[in-house]
Amino acid sequence: MSQALTRRMLLKTAAVGAAAAFSHRTAAQASPRVVVVGGGFGGTTCARELKRKGLAVTLVEASAVYTACPFSNAVLAGLRSIEAQQFKLDAVEKGGINIVRQRAVRIDSQTRRVVLEDGSLLDYDRLVLSPGIDIRFDALPGYDEAAAATMPHAWKAGEQTILLRRQLEAMDDGGTFVMVAPANPFRCPPGPYERASLIAHYLKTYKPRSKLLILDAKDSFSKQRLFQAAWQDLYPNMIEWVSLSSGGKVIEVDARTRTLVTDFGRHAGDVVNVIPPQRAGQIAQAAGVADRTGWCPIDPVTFESRLQPNIHVIGDASIAGGMPKSAFSANAQGKVCAAAVASLLRGETPTEPKLINTCYSLVAPDYGISVAGVYSPRNGVLTDVEGAGGTSPADAPTSFRTQEAVYAEAWFQTITSEVYG
Amino acid sequence: MRLASVLTLGSMMSMAVTVMAEAVPAAAQSMAPPGATSCSGCHGPGTSGAAVPPLHGRPSEEIVAAMRDYRTGQRPATVMDRIAKGFTDEETRAMATWLSQQP
Repeated sequence: MSQALTRRMLLKTAAVGAAAAFSHRTAAQASPRVVVVGGGFGGTTCARELKRKGLAVTLVEASAVYTACPFSNAVLAGLRSIEAQQFKLDAVEKGGINIVRQRAVRIDSQTRRVVLEDGSLLDYDRLVLSPGIDIRFDALPGYDEAAAATMPHAWKAGEQTILLRRQLEAMDDGGTFVMVAPANPFRCPPGPYERASLIAHYLKTYKPRSKLLILDAKDSFSKQRLFQAAWQDLYPNMIEWVSLSSGGKVIEVDARTRTLVTDFGRHAGDVVNVIPPQRAGQIAQAAGVADRTGWCPIDPVTFESRLQPNIHVIGDASIAGGMPKSAFSANAQGKVCAAAVASLLRGETPTEPKLINTCYSLVAPDYGISVAGVYSPRNGVLTDVEGAGGTSPADAPTSFRTQEAVYAEAWFQTITSEVYG
Repeated sequence: MRLASVLTLGSMMSMAVTVMAEAVPAAAQSMAPPGATSCSGCHGPGTSGAAVPPLHGRPSEEIVAAMRDYRTGQRPATVMDRIAKGFTDEETRAMATWLSQQP
């Protein structure tokens, strides 16, 4: 070994040593970087829980105001203002979470970077995606973004909710409201049927000669027995549900004439609400964490993506086994995911979680029904704990339904104050 | 020399990993047992007088007894009977202890 070589090696070693010392110093000074994308129920919950665990968190959310979906059916029925659904991230920001008010457009999972719409980058050690859903404007022929201006989906609360409400208000007594309900899986499984119930309540009160038709791509739906019993009781002869096997599946829509085409015929409505197929929000697709179904497979203990390391997916976008796509699920998942992320960053093994979901639906303002479940990982999937969960009893007295309507409202107050308050 | 520098680099790298792990504070609150963090979705802290009572800071024996009575049907419920059946006595005790210690 020549002297020169030794000196060169020495210099090289010194340089590497300096680089190592530098990264050592930055690692010591900066705590691990956790980025959460999506300021809805899942993402905001997770960001706050991570912060509570002492981690530095950046929350990426482009919208200044979040409009909550739960209870937005009450807005459609004129029972509630849209403002009661709207929340800002001010308290979250005051709590010490760095909020980036931009859209995340791309994820580079190799370099662990989030690319924002202005081109700037956010480095992460762990990334949590809670992007909610995107409406699939490519899935139902004739139903594109322009058609949604005529036949609103109102499946993302906000302007679409207001639009559908205005159309209902403008509808004459004796008109027909038609709803198109999607196949599984989709956001809020009991949502279409709660919507039908509350709109029936509005029509019964103000436009009692009107009809409500549901064209469904399914043969069964969440809380079906309870909904149908209540419809017969509260809104006799007003709601007609056409199942998949009775020809309910809509295969094409014509926005100009507000016509819905099935294999068996055509249905025209005075107001038409198309709830189309959905998929995980755009950033999940861009990050490569969504599979061919459009949704995101995850590990049930950590919510880490099955497709990309160091990226976790929670809420409606995730394939959470037995857990429905609900705000309650997203909130519960946000807390479990935060605990797992903190454990992983500490180099510890996350513990197996259990999660709860409870979904209330209003059939009338003072008539609530619920479905609940307890879930734990089993064979790699979040699975219903046997013997637990289920729907409200079929034979409950009126007082029971009234109590569940009170609990529904209390739940909304509590969860929104936990997430945004 | 060569061996020494490799060793130094190696130990620095492992130090970097250790230091990064240490930069994550040890859980301020004790680790929540399975199921416990879901409860606040309905039983939010600081909502006394609300239709659904808070559980944070509540004596653990009360929570354990209520869950047992929901499970057996001794205590009337709308939804808690369906949820309580998803937890064993042992799990419930762990959740109740943790909940009782939360601010």
